Amino acid sequence: MKNLESYLAEHPFLRGMDKKHIELIVGCAKNVRINPGEYLFHEGDEADLFYFIRDGRLAMEVFRPQKGGIIFQTLGHNDVLGWSWLVAPYVRHFDCRAIEVTRAIALDGNCLRKKCDDDHELGYDMMKRFVNLMEDELMALRLQLLDIYDAPIK
Amino acid sequence: MSKLKITKGTKYIVKKDAIESLLTLLKEQKFKTIGPTIRDNTIIYDELEKISDLPIGITDIHEAGSYHLKKRDDKAFFGYNVGPFSVKKYLFPPRLTILKTKRVDGKIRIIKENEKVEKLAFFGIKPCELQAILIQDKIFIEGEYIDNYYKEQRDKLFIVTTNCTEAGSSCFCTSTHSGPEAKNGFDIAVTELIDSGGHNFMIEAGTKAGLKILKELPVSQLTESEIQSAAQKLESASNNMEKYLVTDNLKELLLENLNHPHWADIAKRCLSCGNCTMVCPTCFCSNIEDVTSLSGEDNERIRTWDSCFSMEYSYIHGGAVRATIKSRYRQWMTHKLASWQEQFDTLGCIGCGRCIVWCPVGIDITEETKKIQEQVTAQAEQSAQMEN
Amino acid sequence: MHLSNNKPIDTQITSAAFTPEMLVIKRVRKETEDTFTIELVAETGETSFKFKPGQFNMLYVHGCGEVPISISGNPNRTDKLVHTIRMVGAVTRAIRRLKIGDMLGVRGPYGSHWPIEKAEGKDIVVVAGGIGLAPLRPIVYHMLNNRERYKRISILYGTRMPSDIIFLKELESLRGRFDVDLYVTVDRADKTWMGNVGVVTTLIKKTNFDPSNTTAFLCGPEIMMRYTAIALQQQELAPENIYVSLERNMKCGVGLCGHCQYTGKIICKDGPVFNYDSVKDLIKKREI
Repeated sequence: MKNLESYLAEHPFLRGMDKKHIELIVGCAKNVRINPGEYLFHEGDEADLFYFIRDGRLAMEVFRPQKGGIIFQTLGHNDVLGWSWLVAPYVRHFDCRAIEVTRAIALDGNCLRKKCDDDHELGYDMMKRFVNLMEDELMALRLQLLDIYDAPIK
Repeated sequence: MSKLKITKGTKYIVKKDAIESLLTLLKEQKFKTIGPTIRDNTIIYDELEKISDLPIGITDIHEAGSYHLKKRDDKAFFGYNVGPFSVKKYLFPPRLTILKTKRVDGKIRIIKENEKVEKLAFFGIKPCELQAILIQDKIFIEGEYIDNYYKEQRDKLFIVTTNCTEAGSSCFCTSTHSGPEAKNGFDIAVTELIDSGGHNFMIEAGTKAGLKILKELPVSQLTESEIQSAAQKLESASNNMEKYLVTDNLKELLLENLNHPHWADIAKRCLSCGNCTMVCPTCFCSNIEDVTSLSGEDNERIRTWDSCFSMEYSYIHGGAVRATIKSRYRQWMTHKLASWQEQFDTLGCIGCGRCIVWCPVGIDITEETKKIQEQVTAQAEQSAQMEN
Repeated sequence: MHLSNNKPIDTQITSAAFTPEMLVIKRVRKETEDTFTIELVAETGETSFKFKPGQFNMLYVHGCGEVPISISGNPNRTDKLVHTIRMVGAVTRAIRRLKIGDMLGVRGPYGSHWPIEKAEGKDIVVVAGGIGLAPLRPIVYHMLNNRERYKRISILYGTRMPSDIIFLKELESLRGRFDVDLYVTVDRADKTWMGNVGVVTTLIKKTNFDPSNTTAFLCGPEIMMRYTAIALQQQELAPENIYVSLERNMKCGVGLCGHCQYTGKIICKDGPVFNYDSVKDLIKKREI
């Protein structure tokens, strides 16, 4: 537990967070490991966890018939994965598959939501951090949509 | 011959016949003489054979989007302002072959040709026109890379400038400090004086070459009344100039307001025809096109005048950078009045008013600048009030 | 042999500024479906091309036209001239159709260069998008030729799809080096792709650099450079330490034709490499 606590306290995503809040979060955390080819979750699964990725590489995929899985984002060292635990009805919208052996710290969203409800200071702090993450991802996605390098010239 | 000691930079007086002698002298020295003459109801620059080729007793009347000639009450030689064409075409030709290549046995060879440029004398160009040449000098021969053709022709150029004693209604050279009197850059400058004293010209040499020619002319010392009469005429040309261009902080005004709504307002009127760029004596943009023989063996690269109003002008793979008229007008005007200052340390405008006269919808660069300035000032005042 | 930019002025009408040197194509290598690399040498075989990373040449195809293309070779290898070209128009397509032994006109090198000397003793972040890797390749060569002069070197490269990656073999060998961090990402991929997916800006926060002692070099679509510069500034890198390479239509390459104006700047002469601080306000404006 001590190890988890110091890891989370130093994680860029939680930089500057109150020590007592870190302690609250650690109570909802556990270590996970996933092998290449395995799925961390599938579209439609309950979104009960979110992850701090320690190392490895995860692919966010959307499946299209005849086309297979299209990867639209990969995540790795120091990335935070998942915000569906914050948004009802708390289900996954995409598949997540490991490309490499990936180790991560999983946080129990149900557990954390309760703590956030009880402690609005913690809740507001978490919300600000996740809004930042969402903004980053939204920006990246918008750029990706623009297809900035233009289609290959035929 | 007069015993008068003739020096550079001193003004003298000659009778009108001396102007004809000046033309003859230049011709004898193998100059091709280019000056104002009437074609198709406009005063343009073309070769002058004799003094009667000048638009004697004719003036030009301009307004935004309109131009016509009118008879004068006198027989003035240079009693007009500016026609549609400047002398730009002689130093910077609208079409010029810049490279010839040939395919020989699968190899590409550069064909070298030594075409000689002629000795040219501009006879009776206005001070603003002269200023335009000095501005183009900065672009074509005073930069890191040199335009050889321009340089060669420029080296073989003799300039007789004629100061303006009357202002046209679209002139604003006092704002751009390019007239009505030429300060430098000429070989010979004349000021036409028609009054009770007769039809005379005040004359001055600006260079050694000019002095050499001046010494051949029957000049006399100016009288006090002639000095006064010339000064008065030049002053009245300045004072009668109704148009003016906002020049204080002009660079900042335009470059700090690239998103100003007035650009869109101009774009509603602008046809993006490029007339303003074609008549402007300082516009220097060019395109290069390849012309190939049918066999594909011979190729000429031809430089042509280009205009920032065309879509192709800003084309890079995929499309035009300046796809809207708004951005193209903005490019032209901000270049002329603002970014030109950054590039060449001078305004790109010489106040001749051609872009106003030859704009089919009469867009007036001085008025548009004023409108932007007024709106920017009003807005600044408003926000200052709100802060208080 | 020296390329034509400083040729003595002679009396021929064909302006020295516009006269190319005719070079011979020695090699053509396909990079991707639409991108290729050519190597040029002098007809005599005696070749000595000096350039600074970031500079460009005007390439001329007889009977077709001329295009500005940045130099993508190793600045130490003066025995050949290397250009990597994407087929985007008539002239670039015509270059692709040329065979080994055919001739191509070259004028240059022109323009400003990446400030590689000023960046010595610092961490380096190179961010390339698409064909934008080509003008940056000479600095990568230069830094590897002089590895001891630079601290951490990170190379971030984004393309549309895995099949659009250029210089694949070289990137693979870079990945094997312990003294260079290479990140490659694509905007979209299928399941066979084992690398990163996401726009190149997402790599910035994964990159290790000391913002107080770093120089960043950016080249790619203007929009990519804009957002990359923002991402770098979010990591506390000052705009003065960011350099970008801009592109506009060019006809002459020597500041005479007016086409590549960027308000007061003339890209062929004052650029193509600019300090980001000097263009950061303009780059946000439309249709400049």
